[in-house]
Amino acid sequence: MYRIAKTDIPSLLAAIAAKGDLYLPVNTAGKTNFDAWSEDANVDLDTLKTVRSGKDIFFPQSENLYSCNRTDGKLSVTAAELEDKDFVVFGMKACDVRGLAVLDQVFLSDPVDSYYAARREHGTIVSLACSKPDTSCFCHAFGIDCANPEGDVATWFAGEYLYWLPKTEKGEALTAAVSSLLESTDEKAVEEAKASIRAIQEKLPLKDLSLDGWGAEAAKTKFDSPLWEQLYKPCLACGTCTFVCPTCQCYDIKDYNTGSGVQRLRCWDSCMYSDFTMMAHGNNRTSQMQRFRQRFMHKLAYFPANNGGMFSCVGCGRCVDKCPTHLNIVKVIKAFEKEGK
Amino acid sequence: MQELIHRAKSLLESGEVVRVLGWRKGENDWDVEPAFFATTEDLEANFIYNGFCGANLSKYMIEASKLDGKTLVFLKPCDSYSFNQLIKEHRINREKAYIIGVGCKGKLKIENIDAEGILSVDGAGYPDCSETLTVHTLYGDKEIAYKDAMLERCHVCKGKEHKIYDELLGDSIDTCDADRFAEIAKIEAMSPEEKFAFFQAELSKCIRCNACRNVCPACSCRKCVFDSTKFDSAQKANTTSFEEKMFHIIRAFHVAGRCTDCGECSRVCPQGIPLHLFNRKFIKDINSLYGEYQAGADIDAAAPLTSFRADDAEPGVGRG
Repeated sequence: MYRIAKTDIPSLLAAIAAKGDLYLPVNTAGKTNFDAWSEDANVDLDTLKTVRSGKDIFFPQSENLYSCNRTDGKLSVTAAELEDKDFVVFGMKACDVRGLAVLDQVFLSDPVDSYYAARREHGTIVSLACSKPDTSCFCHAFGIDCANPEGDVATWFAGEYLYWLPKTEKGEALTAAVSSLLESTDEKAVEEAKASIRAIQEKLPLKDLSLDGWGAEAAKTKFDSPLWEQLYKPCLACGTCTFVCPTCQCYDIKDYNTGSGVQRLRCWDSCMYSDFTMMAHGNNRTSQMQRFRQRFMHKLAYFPANNGGMFSCVGCGRCVDKCPTHLNIVKVIKAFEKEGK
Repeated sequence: MQELIHRAKSLLESGEVVRVLGWRKGENDWDVEPAFFATTEDLEANFIYNGFCGANLSKYMIEASKLDGKTLVFLKPCDSYSFNQLIKEHRINREKAYIIGVGCKGKLKIENIDAEGILSVDGAGYPDCSETLTVHTLYGDKEIAYKDAMLERCHVCKGKEHKIYDELLGDSIDTCDADRFAEIAKIEAMSPEEKFAFFQAELSKCIRCNACRNVCPACSCRKCVFDSTKFDSAQKANTTSFEEKMFHIIRAFHVAGRCTDCGECSRVCPQGIPLHLFNRKFIKDINSLYGEYQAGADIDAAAPLTSFRADDAEPGVGRG
């Protein structure tokens, strides 16, 4: 266990950034999102939840896959370069880190997604324990401990210090690179911080949220429930829930006309959108009820059915906070629980 | 609130309406949902009207207009402007609606309450809201002025008057305490570089979730050009810094002259982008070029951008 005075964090960040790209929560125009570090960036390690999750760094909202160019009647195809430089993501919370484990199931399974795999290989994650979990948090329902986050290095704020614990080889390497700024210490302060976080966890309103009845079996038992027809009604069909989600991984491939060629992009898609998975024959989900049902069934039934029981929700609560009409996965879970279905 | 439930129940029981469009209780005081109620039991158990019922229900009447029978809809004074505008655009059927103009004392945004771990909020009830909200949180109690948690649009309240209704229930307060165009004037006074930096910082937060568009009562096209796969305009993400601005600017142009300034776009933006500023700039310009005009104030007045007068301003020529 190491520690560094809070007042020295800017030096720590500068030292990390000197070795490679550093992404961390930055406040721009009043909202905090993961962004690249710079000397004048308004770094914000206090806000509990960034609007967008740390997912963005490994699976950006849009990325170039390749481009085609026509010059003098000749066509050339240039593939986008894969990430080949080491970088650090600082300040991801326990839920977001677990979110990457969900994405790994999708993108690192055969066929491996080379773009994502390259970023995972070169990225080192410094996680940060949640000093003040919020009312909308329910990560514990998925076995996540926000007092003890996973990651290559885990950190905690306690008193006037940031505590630092390398957990993997990558974490050890990063620790070695900034060791001159860290001092060795014992575990006492961190144990106290964990105890204090766990005391708050006990008071969270969603602490008893139960996933009983969900999982692979739910695909059969819940698909035809009349509840969906009732639950989806206020849905605006916007993509807020999917775009702030640390585990939503559906994407579309778009060709962008550059005038002299084509840029092929991969961009996030949302199952809430009317043209989601649109094919030549049309769309296989023609109503908003079906699209709404798809999102929750994917997270709580289909994904666990195909991934050894792993849910593709990590309980970060961003959708709970951000849905314009206050629909969310918690309300869906509770509605089914109430109906006993 | 009981008065509203009582009246809705009797309209439902009498057969005058076949459904009620209102707000449904959430898990907390603040996570209320726009909702349809078909039974008196559902109304009794789940209907709510409090300070967090900011959602403008007018746009849901587009779908309700296609259903059999009348829908009872609750409209706040500012929502009634959107309703009128939708009638004007032939998007909703007046005959399919029974409108209760419901009183409003200013609506709140939970994000405007500067407190962590909010468990409950006292003082946001209706009709008995208080000047001070007591916020109970995981980390202790806190008091905050009702006004400080209000939606931006309530600070430029259009007034207590409902512009269309069948009956009125409850009292309203005019919560206006700011100049509607002050922010616009401030931006107009910026240098081009400052303006660019301001909008770049705001719009670079955009995640293209389309919540602003989908909630907007003026955005009622059956198929939005930004969703169409037939053109190059289809966008699911901002691929360049130009695109992140283009979507919002085009949308602002498209709703110009029709936007009632209901403020739903800014209310729902997950990134807190003050989208209403675009619309308000157009409103300010329309006012100065064509004379004072408030979209949705009535269903008869000629709209400045869709009617022609011989003495119309020619802003493009004027700037020559």
